[in-house]
Amino acid sequence: MDPLMLDGNAVAGLLQEVFAVEMTTAIATCGACGAADAVGATHVFRGAGIVMRCPHCDNALVTIVEDGSRMWIGFAGVRTVQVTV
Amino acid sequence: MAGTAVLGRLTWRAAELVDIVVETPRVKTLGFDVPGWPGHRAGQHVDIRLTAEDGYQAQRSYSIASAPDGTRLELTVELVDDGEVSPYLTEELRAGDRIELRGPVGGYFVWEPAQGGPLLLVAGGSGVAPLMAMIRARDAVGSDAETRLLVSSRGWDDVIYRDELERRAGDRLAVVHTLTRSQPSDWTGYARRVDAEMLAEVGPGPGARPLVYVCGPTPFVETVAEALVGLGHEPQAIKTERFGPTGG
Repeated sequence: MDPLMLDGNAVAGLLQEVFAVEMTTAIATCGACGAADAVGATHVFRGAGIVMRCPHCDNALVTIVEDGSRMWIGFAGVRTVQVTV
Repeated sequence: MAGTAVLGRLTWRAAELVDIVVETPRVKTLGFDVPGWPGHRAGQHVDIRLTAEDGYQAQRSYSIASAPDGTRLELTVELVDDGEVSPYLTEELRAGDRIELRGPVGGYFVWEPAQGGPLLLVAGGSGVAPLMAMIRARDAVGSDAETRLLVSSRGWDDVIYRDELERRAGDRLAVVHTLTRSQPSDWTGYARRVDAEMLAEVGPGPGARPLVYVCGPTPFVETVAEALVGLGHEPQAIKTERFGPTGG
């Protein structure tokens, strides 16, 4: 267990800034293990960027890098994101 | 409103510090007035942004500790010695000063009175802040949701909201403390880290299908969540919020 690990709640503001929707209650389906869980429940690691991992299989779901004026968001490990509209 | 998308980009707002309450030697509650505040739900947080004269910015998230109350907002901040933001908030900021914040953010670690109970709330240190918002919101609307709060603190003088919790405790709200490092000489309560046996004793058990909220430092949350699942609680009913040791 990494004591520096956070969870999806920690990036709620950042995600809402980008998507203009509350995202921690969105359901992400993992592209590796197929588990569907709330974005708020993902495991979040901060380094030079942010990596959000599946709490069930540790697959990297989303990667985020910022440089102050731009943001690169990769969804390489996510099959779907379900947002209530 | 739970589960419904809330549209709207976040905007930074000016918040004026109105009052300061010293909770423990290392923890203060800051009361802000935030004109235009749209209201919040218990468990949500705000992002705070400080800007230095040279333009350097530092940003942190803090849970909202107060129940929804107009444009007033309370944040409980623990001093992290080598932190960038918490020393400023707890030692430099004075009534009348302004900071920037945005929110409310988050929707996952949220309890609304309409969800009812029973509730099992488990806090490590200043992780009690969003759980206190839930208890205050519960009391504000007169909810009778059966609630058990288990708070882990280092010592009796480190217990945040100690007097208020004692005052609010009653038939439908049980407050249980564990003191992990030092205990008063006449202490008869728990004196160890939270474990499965303690969680089973505090209850309610999985048969009562409680909604469980766990907030604290990452190792604390991991241990508690694992123990709860081991006791038979539905993983989906356990909501967690972790804050890292460098939150400062």
